[in-house]
Amino acid sequence: MQAPVDYLLHLADNALVLGQRNAEWCGHGPILEEDIALSNNSLDLIGQARLLYQHAATLMGQGATEDTLAYFRDVPDFKNYTLCELPHLPLMSATACGDRDFATTIVRNFLYSSLMVLVWDRLQLSKDEQLAAIAAKSLKEVRYHLRHSRDWLVRLGDGTDESHQRAQAALDALMPYTSEFWVASAQEAAAQANGCGLDMAELRADWNTIVDAALQEATLQRPADSAFVPTGKQGVHSEHLGFVLAEMQSLARQHPGATW
Amino acid sequence: MTTTLTRAEQAWQLLEGLSDPEIPVITLRELGILREVREGAQGLEVVITPTYSGCPAMGQIEDDVRSTLAAAGLQAKVVTQLAPAWTTDWMTEAAREKLRAYGIAPPHACASEKTGSANVVQFAARSAKTEAVHCPQCGSSNTTETSHFGSTACKALYRCLDCMEPFDYFKPY
Repeated sequence: MQAPVDYLLHLADNALVLGQRNAEWCGHGPILEEDIALSNNSLDLIGQARLLYQHAATLMGQGATEDTLAYFRDVPDFKNYTLCELPHLPLMSATACGDRDFATTIVRNFLYSSLMVLVWDRLQLSKDEQLAAIAAKSLKEVRYHLRHSRDWLVRLGDGTDESHQRAQAALDALMPYTSEFWVASAQEAAAQANGCGLDMAELRADWNTIVDAALQEATLQRPADSAFVPTGKQGVHSEHLGFVLAEMQSLARQHPGATW
Repeated sequence: MTTTLTRAEQAWQLLEGLSDPEIPVITLRELGILREVREGAQGLEVVITPTYSGCPAMGQIEDDVRSTLAAAGLQAKVVTQLAPAWTTDWMTEAAREKLRAYGIAPPHACASEKTGSANVVQFAARSAKTEAVHCPQCGSSNTTETSHFGSTACKALYRCLDCMEPFDYFKPY
């Protein structure tokens, strides 16, 4: 049995886009250890993306490779959660600019890792054997990502007034984007139907348990659920993804097929 | 009496000497990366398994395998196999001892890590706790974690509170 290609791309795009975002900290980490930690986190995510793209490319045939999928698709083709593409900044409007906010990075990594420990755990049972194999590896990695982001979440939330306020602001800004996790897209429904995917709604209670326990320890308030549902996994993205892709893809597009 | 080795046996002997590009004191076989050498439909096949998904050493390892065999006149195809997922539990006792002597604390066992969402939730809840890691220099268990991620994705950074030396800990995977 094979997972629908679009479902593999959804999983791969999440990992690639968040991996690319976290790599923005490379050389700019608040301390050396965190610079290294976030780079290692990116390395894992981009590694997972590569395995998923390679699998998708094999199923697609017709000259598709991991590189054509990562570098030669455009914004509407990407199926990642909107959460993964947002900048490391509290929400701002118009031309406001700011520095990278570590609390935003940590809160996002925490919300995403808390989901993916559950997703990869379930996907180990996928009827697509290659996807199940990738899930088994990814689960081991995302456990460390969750441990890392959760520890920092508690440290920031239960830290100084400044770190608490920033962590709370990041949580308030990012939590609404998690509503996208639970509404099945066409590719998720197709994957679930052929036994290669899962029912995301079933993970919601466990995800809430993980998140609420950590927020309590971090003395942070969970914002109320809102009606907003992002649509990144359907290819309708925020204004931010185009900038991420422009930076990530420009070199490959200027020198197609280049090797070294 | 002379014994004739099969091509696969000859390849094993050659690959036995290949060390990990990042941790040169242990071999690929001891680390559990080198899984199998077999006769495939199109000739010799060497099966390797990646450690971390994004391990940047995998390309180097593939090249090393191919060039080592090519130097002895053997052409081989390198096959990357993901399942069963690599685990630090495959590391031999000899390899653990070599790591320790090299200054890296060897990984704790992780075979007991269960799957299933109840276990995932439980793992998340107790994530702050870590098992005591012994200092590879002085053997003390009075150590503290400086960072979850060390010089490579597979290691964490620790510090010994007795001899004060910083050291790497090979994380269970």
